[in-house]
Amino acid sequence: MTDASLSTWVHRRAEPSWLGRLFDSKPFLVVICLFPAVGLLMTFLTYPLALGIYLAFTDTTIGRAGVWVGFENFTYLLQDPIFWNAVFFSVFYTGIATIGKFGLGLWLALLLNNHLPFKSFLRAIILLPWIVPTVLTAIAFWWIYDPQFSIISHLLIKTGLRETNVDFINTAWPARWSLIAANIWRGIPFVAISLLAGLQTISPSLYEAAMLDGATAWQRFRYITFPMLLPILAIVMTFSIIFTFTDFQLVYAITRGGPVNSTHLLATLAFQRGIPGGQLGEGSAIAVSMIPFLVFATLFSYFALARRKWQQGETND
Amino acid sequence: MATVDIRKVRKAFGSVEVLHGVSVGIEDGEFVVLVGPSGCGKSTLLRMLAGLENITGGEIDIGGRVVNTVPPKDRDIAMVFQNYALYPHMTVFDNMAFSMKLAKAPREIMEREVLKAATILGLEQLLHRFPRQLSGGQRQRVAMGRAIVRNPQVFLFDEPLSNLDAKLRVQMRSEIKELHQRLKVTTVYVTHDQIEAMTMADKIVVMNNGNIEQAGAPLELYDRPANLFVAGFIGSPAMNILPGAIGEGGFVTEGGAVMPMPSTARNGAGYYGIRPEHMRLAGEDGIPATIQIVEPTGSETQVMLRIGNTPLTCAFRERITAGPGETIRVKPDLDLVHLFAGGSGQRLAS
Ligand SMILES: Nc1ncnc2c1ncn2[C@@H]1O[C@H](COP(=O)(O)OP(=O)(O)OP(=O)(O)O)[C@@H](O)[C@H]1O
Ligand SMILES: [Mg+2]
Repeated sequence: MTDASLSTWVHRRAEPSWLGRLFDSKPFLVVICLFPAVGLLMTFLTYPLALGIYLAFTDTTIGRAGVWVGFENFTYLLQDPIFWNAVFFSVFYTGIATIGKFGLGLWLALLLNNHLPFKSFLRAIILLPWIVPTVLTAIAFWWIYDPQFSIISHLLIKTGLRETNVDFINTAWPARWSLIAANIWRGIPFVAISLLAGLQTISPSLYEAAMLDGATAWQRFRYITFPMLLPILAIVMTFSIIFTFTDFQLVYAITRGGPVNSTHLLATLAFQRGIPGGQLGEGSAIAVSMIPFLVFATLFSYFALARRKWQQGETND
Repeated sequence: MATVDIRKVRKAFGSVEVLHGVSVGIEDGEFVVLVGPSGCGKSTLLRMLAGLENITGGEIDIGGRVVNTVPPKDRDIAMVFQNYALYPHMTVFDNMAFSMKLAKAPREIMEREVLKAATILGLEQLLHRFPRQLSGGQRQRVAMGRAIVRNPQVFLFDEPLSNLDAKLRVQMRSEIKELHQRLKVTTVYVTHDQIEAMTMADKIVVMNNGNIEQAGAPLELYDRPANLFVAGFIGSPAMNILPGAIGEGGFVTEGGAVMPMPSTARNGAGYYGIRPEHMRLAGEDGIPATIQIVEPTGSETQVMLRIGNTPLTCAFRERITAGPGETIRVKPDLDLVHLFAGGSGQRLAS
């Protein structure tokens, strides 16, 4: 009896509704899934970018639609010492700040990866400089670097190490170094926490194996930690370079590019010329001139550091 | 090569003691297997030998030198980890040559030694691959190669085969054994697989809850288990252990079955042990038993029986034609019956 009922029972699939069929069709899914992302990107990224590039080839000023002037803005900039100064400082600022951030960030990450008391508390503290809005950081540093009310000057004088106030931002080189110090302070948490995440993916048994193989602490870092961290280091470094090179807020809030234009980054100079100066075409040209630097930095870290042969599964030996 | 002497070693993690005074003596060139259920402290003991865990109490002596405070890199020990711990960013060659590279050995020596080990393990073709590009068995071999290249005083293995499939495991088992016979290096091997232990060991150390239950040659443990734990742990299928007491006509189990006793029987027996393979089919003199399940494996037939309410597993050479519910007659091989004391579960000498 059970046998009979089993053999007559046929498993029948429910017919899918038209809606179900629609959601099973691949072209439809592709369109519907991509639409929001593509739409947002077009509106908020591609359009301003295209407009910026277009403006760079016109002599638009605020209040007057410009005409196409070809490379005139660029040839003008090439002869502008202030522009070249901004190029120099952007590269210098990015280079030194990146070295500083990664040196200190890696050191901090290695420390935090050890067994420390209050580890999670320390990790939370580390993140603080990063979660504070940049403008607040900038204002804080502005006060720290203030010619008259600087807390550092105050302390140095109190402890008798100096007699006069420190000149942080009133002459070119001290101002540059002060800005770099502020940028490093702000950038360390991002680097440290990202690298810490990378460190934690390295299996402890690799260190144990290396220890048995006779590796000293330095050799374990040199041959295990560093090469295994390299892919993450590359990605974090790419981001860090892009963020530093395009930095605006810190510099604009602390020095506004001064004294005598010595601390202008390309971004602050572009803003300065474009908005307060009204020369939209020229400002855009400065902004556009950042693109080659960024593309180069990205390609470098992506191809030189990111993908390693050992990460890929292919048998390419 | 060296002797290893573990003397009254204790290990505590914080306030929890996981090894309570373990002593094992290992001779030069011996292959010792640590077995025991999960969490009994095998890996911990092995890691203490390697120097990866510090020693809470007692002494470990390798080659006549107490190594309690010697760091891992100076102990001259090679370890094969359960997950192999191959360096993913190095080729097979570099993995195997790593220890020599650290010791700044010249390139020719490095190549010669790696090639020698690779030949033993059949890895010559794979030297330029990365660990990702290897199968599980090949990775296992590379891990062994890395250990062989070191030419250490002692090899340590922590469940090296547990990630392999059954067939490969049998193959690697004999390869490791062969390797040991060839290199004659003192070896400590951890597993929870008692078949691995039986087939590979010169000496088995059975651990339970941070203590050693018994240490001895595989067949000694099989023939004369020191207590109920070892009796139940060594052998597959496991020994039948029937609680009860000596009574009228033999050993009366809690289920009410009466089992014949060897003539040398002692008083105080609380457990009657008989291995499935030591039960025999019998004629009219046998004990009637009801068949529950019949499992032919080809070479033998395993039968789950019930004598009254007492379950009993038997393994017969003969083919069993009777099916579940039918009654057959069986008897134990009296020379191979084990008796254990009621309270302590210790073996009663017979
Ligand atoms: N780092 C540690 N901290 C605290 N307790 C630990 C630590 N390592 C191991 N233990 C405990 O020590 C005991 C023994 O662990 P061990 O790893 O030696 O077991 P094992 O015999 O190797 O088991 P398995 O067969 O599952 O690998 C376990 O109870 C475990 O919980
Ligand atoms: Mg273990």
